[in-house]
Amino acid sequence: MSQAAIAERGYGPLDRVSDIFFVRPKLLTLVLLLPPLLWIGIVYVGSLFALLLQSFYSLDDYSGLVVHEFTLSTYAQLLEEANLQIIVRTVTMSALVTIGCVIIAFPIAYYAARYARGWTKAFFYLAVMMPLWSSYLVKVYAWKLILAKEGILTWLAKNLHLSWLLDGIMALPVIGGPSLSFSYIGTFLVFVYIWIPYMILPIQAALERVPSNYIEASADLGAEPRQTFWTVIFPLALPGIIAGSIFTFSLTLGDYIVPTIVGNSRLMIGQAVYTLQGTAGNIPLAAAFTVVPMAIMGVYLWIAKRMGAFDVL
Amino acid sequence: MSPAVRFVNVSRRFGSVRAVDGVTLDITEGEFFAMLGPSGSGKTTCLRLIAGFEQPDDGHIEIFGETADGVPPYKRNVNTVFQDYALFPHMTVGENVAYGLRIKGQARAKRAAKARDALSMVKLAGFEGRRPAQLSGGQRQRVALARALVNGPKVLLLDEPLGALDLKLREQMQEELKALQKDLGITFVFVTHDQGEALSMADRVAVFNEGRIVQVGAPSSVYERPESRFVADFVGSSNVLPPAFASGHGGVSKWTSLRPEKIAVHPAGTAVPEKHAATEGEIKMVSYQGAVTRFNVEAEKMRINAEVPAGDTRFKPGDSVRLIWPKSAMVTMEEGA
Repeated sequence: MSQAAIAERGYGPLDRVSDIFFVRPKLLTLVLLLPPLLWIGIVYVGSLFALLLQSFYSLDDYSGLVVHEFTLSTYAQLLEEANLQIIVRTVTMSALVTIGCVIIAFPIAYYAARYARGWTKAFFYLAVMMPLWSSYLVKVYAWKLILAKEGILTWLAKNLHLSWLLDGIMALPVIGGPSLSFSYIGTFLVFVYIWIPYMILPIQAALERVPSNYIEASADLGAEPRQTFWTVIFPLALPGIIAGSIFTFSLTLGDYIVPTIVGNSRLMIGQAVYTLQGTAGNIPLAAAFTVVPMAIMGVYLWIAKRMGAFDVL
Repeated sequence: MSPAVRFVNVSRRFGSVRAVDGVTLDITEGEFFAMLGPSGSGKTTCLRLIAGFEQPDDGHIEIFGETADGVPPYKRNVNTVFQDYALFPHMTVGENVAYGLRIKGQARAKRAAKARDALSMVKLAGFEGRRPAQLSGGQRQRVALARALVNGPKVLLLDEPLGALDLKLREQMQEELKALQKDLGITFVFVTHDQGEALSMADRVAVFNEGRIVQVGAPSSVYERPESRFVADFVGSSNVLPPAFASGHGGVSKWTSLRPEKIAVHPAGTAVPEKHAATEGEIKMVSYQGAVTRFNVEAEKMRINAEVPAGDTRFKPGDSVRLIWPKSAMVTMEEGA
């Protein structure tokens, strides 16, 4: 006896649901997307909107109460000398941290993408990811100890008879200070350490997608390794560098723990927000400060797009 | 005059695998040279040795009389058309073609003009502004060709360049490549696993097996006079007759190749003409292949293939037939197994 052309099985309610979803894949997509859409729509965008709204209110200087009237005066306050300095300081630090991360991350990512195979690749992922598994605070305090005047770096410099070098660096204006843990250099080092995995992984992912025969083709057409790097490898890695820099730049822009624990006492945006919304109770100005990194990232992405950084994607 | 490319006892090992094993070879200037072999036979490694992507472990390579040992690819006046084209995705077609000229430091206007000429040579005039991703496989193949030729290489290396194209396009490109090579007079070294392609395009063919060259010669001599069972089987298809069978049918007592198209199929008992040999058997399989029909015949405990022009519908499986072939079609081979 031959089988029926259409299987006589599966008429339970669940089977019918499966049949409906199979025939109408868009319905399935909608059902799957509904919970995350609600989450993003209400919790995420909603709170962001509330924040934006706050930044258009102002604080009454005498009563210390928030005036619920639309005004741009809070944004005008951002342009006052002290606040502007906070913004410039934070943006400069974020830019330098990003550049530092690119310079350190690129060779590591390049090695991992091109040469690491088998256990070296496993070791690479472990080495890059492991710091992310331990507490952020523990790592920052560990760095405070490393960078302190009584710390291992000072000790190492002394034993290598390089104290003069360390002292010379610390004597530099602006970036120097009483010790590494109380200087911009210290803050910079800790930021670079903390965010480097976020730079390595996207660059590595971008380089993984560059087949080795592009490099061979470039050499075949007469390009020396240096020329191949700047004309083929770097442009193709650029989307990864931009992706990584979005992480390192925006994370530095908003962080308040690292500069509080390691650094001189000059504020960065994150610290300003923390102080303003807490002790000062100036929620509108805190909100306006929070909008600054978002605006900067928006401009940054727009410029990156204009420069063709995403053309290969 | 020194040859365009000379291999002297060249070997290249990858771990314990001898990818290229003692290859000695001269490629003459201006010839269309095909390297033919199954995958893993060392032909692509030989091409990469000429390009400079690999360095020999043993032996010596010369390009136009100059030693290539230790010379990186970017110092060799040799260009490659890669199997999957390797066009740079972040550059336009025009920028891709002009890349080699840009590296050499030519002025923008000059290299743009040369790129335009090269593109019109491969019939892609006006495609400068497109991205490789916007092109079809055949168009990418032409861009890769233009990108290599614009540099005026002394030797052009082609690594299975037609492998990804469909049959019709492949046949068209074969003709165009052949015509281009004749026009330019550049030495072409062409790697392929497609014996039809090698036979139809090349002036000379080197057949590779297990890292060695097993036979070199003009396509007709490689096809008509295979020196080994491997060549007989790989280049076209062949009936390989054992020594005893060969000597019993007018040949010598050696392994012998007999091409299927040399064998005629007749009804059993047909008279055998002079200077011909014959055997009788039963048709086991008939396969219609368009231009020809192939009969698989069991005769004297062997399976023999015979190909006849299509349209012969006299025979069907189970029929007894007499296979007749000219004795001159039996080619004695040096090596049997």
